[in-house]
Amino acid sequence: MIDALAPAGEAGVANTAASATRWALALTAIEIIAAAPAGLGGILLRARPGPVRDAWAAALGSVTRIRRLPASADAEALDGGLDLTATLAAGRPVHRPGVLAEIGDGVLLVPMAERLSPALAARLASALDDNGPLLVLFDESEADSDDHVAPALADRLAIHLDLSDVRLSMGALLAGETGFPPQVDDIEPGEPVADPGTALASAGVMLGIDSIRAPIQAQRLAHAHARLDGRRAIAAGDIEIAAALVLGPRATRLPPGESPPPPEEQPEAPPEPPPPSDDSSDDNNDSPDQMPPESLADATDIVLDAARTALPPGLLDALANGIQMKSPGGGSSGAKLRSLTSGRPAGVRAGAPGRGARLALIETIKTAAPWQKLRPQRDDGRLSIRHDDLRIRRFVARAESTTVFAVDASGSAAFARMAEAKGAVELLLAQAYVKRAEVALVAFRGDGAELCLPPTRSLARAKRELAALAGGGGTPLAAGLDLARRVAEAERHRGRTPLIVILTDGRANVSASGTVPQDAALASARALGATGIASVFIDCSARPRPEGAALAAAMGSRFIALPRMDARAVVAAVNAVAA
Amino acid sequence: MKAPFPFSAIVGQSEMKLALLMAAVEPRLGGVMVFGDRGTGKSTAVRALAALLPPMTIVAGCRYGCAPADTTPCPDDCRKTAGKKTAHVPVPFVDLPLGATEDRVVGSLDLERALATGEKRFEPGLLAKANRGFLYIDEINLLEDHLVDLLLDVAVSGQNLVEREGLSIRHAARFILVGSGNPEEGELRPQLLDRFGLSVDVRTPTDLADRIEIVKRCDRFDRDPAGFAETYAAEEAATLAGIARARKRLPDVQVSDAMLELGSRLCQAVGADGLRGELTLLRAARATAALAGKKTVAPAHVGAVAALALRHRLRRNVLDDTGSTTRIARAVAELIPA
Repeated sequence: MIDALAPAGEAGVANTAASATRWALALTAIEIIAAAPAGLGGILLRARPGPVRDAWAAALGSVTRIRRLPASADAEALDGGLDLTATLAAGRPVHRPGVLAEIGDGVLLVPMAERLSPALAARLASALDDNGPLLVLFDESEADSDDHVAPALADRLAIHLDLSDVRLSMGALLAGETGFPPQVDDIEPGEPVADPGTALASAGVMLGIDSIRAPIQAQRLAHAHARLDGRRAIAAGDIEIAAALVLGPRATRLPPGESPPPPEEQPEAPPEPPPPSDDSSDDNNDSPDQMPPESLADATDIVLDAARTALPPGLLDALANGIQMKSPGGGSSGAKLRSLTSGRPAGVRAGAPGRGARLALIETIKTAAPWQKLRPQRDDGRLSIRHDDLRIRRFVARAESTTVFAVDASGSAAFARMAEAKGAVELLLAQAYVKRAEVALVAFRGDGAELCLPPTRSLARAKRELAALAGGGGTPLAAGLDLARRVAEAERHRGRTPLIVILTDGRANVSASGTVPQDAALASARALGATGIASVFIDCSARPRPEGAALAAAMGSRFIALPRMDARAVVAAVNAVAA
Repeated sequence: MKAPFPFSAIVGQSEMKLALLMAAVEPRLGGVMVFGDRGTGKSTAVRALAALLPPMTIVAGCRYGCAPADTTPCPDDCRKTAGKKTAHVPVPFVDLPLGATEDRVVGSLDLERALATGEKRFEPGLLAKANRGFLYIDEINLLEDHLVDLLLDVAVSGQNLVEREGLSIRHAARFILVGSGNPEEGELRPQLLDRFGLSVDVRTPTDLADRIEIVKRCDRFDRDPAGFAETYAAEEAATLAGIARARKRLPDVQVSDAMLELGSRLCQAVGADGLRGELTLLRAARATAALAGKKTVAPAHVGAVAALALRHRLRRNVLDDTGSTTRIARAVAELIPA
């Protein structure tokens, strides 16, 4: 069992300690959630599917009943409904209870939570508000992808864990040992804290956490942890755990007065939360009871120290690069195109209701009617309806489009070009409510391309994120085209119609692989052309040269030369192609 | 379900609380739109207000929550079947889930009965459930457009008309629509925004003392809901009495010609087009005057509600970044001497 907690691997000592800490925290989270779930909502766990996550799930399964939400679940699966087949067979309504009703005091586990439809996420969030079941969400999204767990749902789950960097020893994994339950008697509660609410609220502000739910949940969790240990008052150890599980992972900045470490340096070995075993890290003597606990400032410090062990990955890097970490979510949760459930009615077709499709009752009965003479008479004289007779409604919803701008931000003309591109984005968004369009912007300069504005329908967001775009440097045209293609393909997967608008002078002079830049750009252009995504190539050099036209031909896009480009002309071009 | 958080115990958010109170006093204001971040107590406030209001009297057993004195026909013809029997039920608070289908919202044919007994019966939806109470829609900007259209239409007309699956039903659906949304996650169409009477911007409280107070109150509430509610019982009763008095006084509050003129001048100055804005402004001013215990609307009342009533109706200028609230405040300062 001790073996399980000594993480193996080639990573450095600091990393090993951090990994052990995170694993110990994750196990503590299970204990808390199993013992005192009220008001905590549940756990959001970030980790790729793999042995570590399986080990954690096994530990959770050893103390509580887990029910997995199937990937195909719809709102009806959650709430239950009429069991149509059984109803038809029995001739009386037969109800099928939903998952939410069946779960009782067990745990509802949602894999691939980042792919959850907005409707389901909203239903789960409102279930949590009504003291629903405990939720455990597995977030499998990649760090740089656009998929995020619905923010409204994530915010309601008290505990956020990240196991993506945790390594366990192979021996323990083979033996199926998880190190659970941790030995509770090892916990040193530390001194009682006089005013935990103040400490947690202040720490929340210092960590840049906007939501007021976080400190409230942190306090609930501290209470739960204290009760687990048989104490009534909250002690330093309890708020440490609360900080590491609730506040740390939500941090968007470091507490004031601290500069982020340079990126290559590992974050310092964290102060120990109560680990079940400390063989690997007993040289770490940063224990909290060395601090005078009565003073409020110190209680806040304890919280901040503990929160530091669980900062979200990427926060330190982002800070080192001088970027304010954005809260995830936003534009990516827009309404989806669902032709069986919404929009304008467009006739009926054969099929069973459920999964959002609605029964077309009259059509169903009309279909069944002519066969009544041929079918065996029912004793009660009612219609005999078979599965084949069922008809469902169809709807058509207007296709929604996403315009992806790929803007050349290199060289001396960058400033003017970017300004016009920004203007075009804002003009397009201003008319977005008519066309239900979203806009994204990719800028390329120097040695790479960057998604400056993820697809969004929000003018407010676009204005904020485009306010500080820089220009200058070389022209990595290939990188820009590749990123624009990826963004457009992702949009197509969301069921939207992408349109790529490229604003450049068509002259590449930087490539990633050391190939001739113009050739690399041509290859990227062909790759884009192969996807069949519609595109417009706007050549904005003062004297258009053949390179631009060649690129446009390679990607099968419309070529427009706009030596004197302005925002309105770009919008007109986009509208002409989209129409 | 556990007891809701007391309305008076909500820290800060005075603008949102005022808007909700005004909507409770004057239902014709037409709903409140709340813009703001997550975790700012939006749904807590609406739930709390619904729970605060005294239980309403309905015809016993009516699925549509019909008032005994109401004359709108009830599809169940409840007044005939139930006779003079009445019941007291809490003011409904309906939280409309984002994924709700049109069936759930407007109601539909009762499939159970249709299939099992062949009876054609209407199964009321959420609109019927919300009758005479609150309908709360979180993230209304993510709700599908045709549903939003439908909701606003019902909210304005006070009636839900159903023509589907061979049914033809009409029932009363008077509710206070409260929508919330984060403008960063997608905008609402201006036509829709215009239909909301009041709009409120809520921000996460940034004042540390406020945040600490919120955490402490939630903790006390968690540990002892009943005792916590007891602490605020007097304030809750005062709020309730205030609403009741204001409702009674509202029809008698006078709006002078000078105030009518002030209203139009204000609307012109900020560029809010449409009569709806002006009408809402005056109704809101009347509601504030009633809440304040006054018999006539004073310029200060108009100024106090100008931002609430007009903020979301200004034509947006893409190239002008001045916030609507600032523009209104400027116009109010010019037109209404302090």
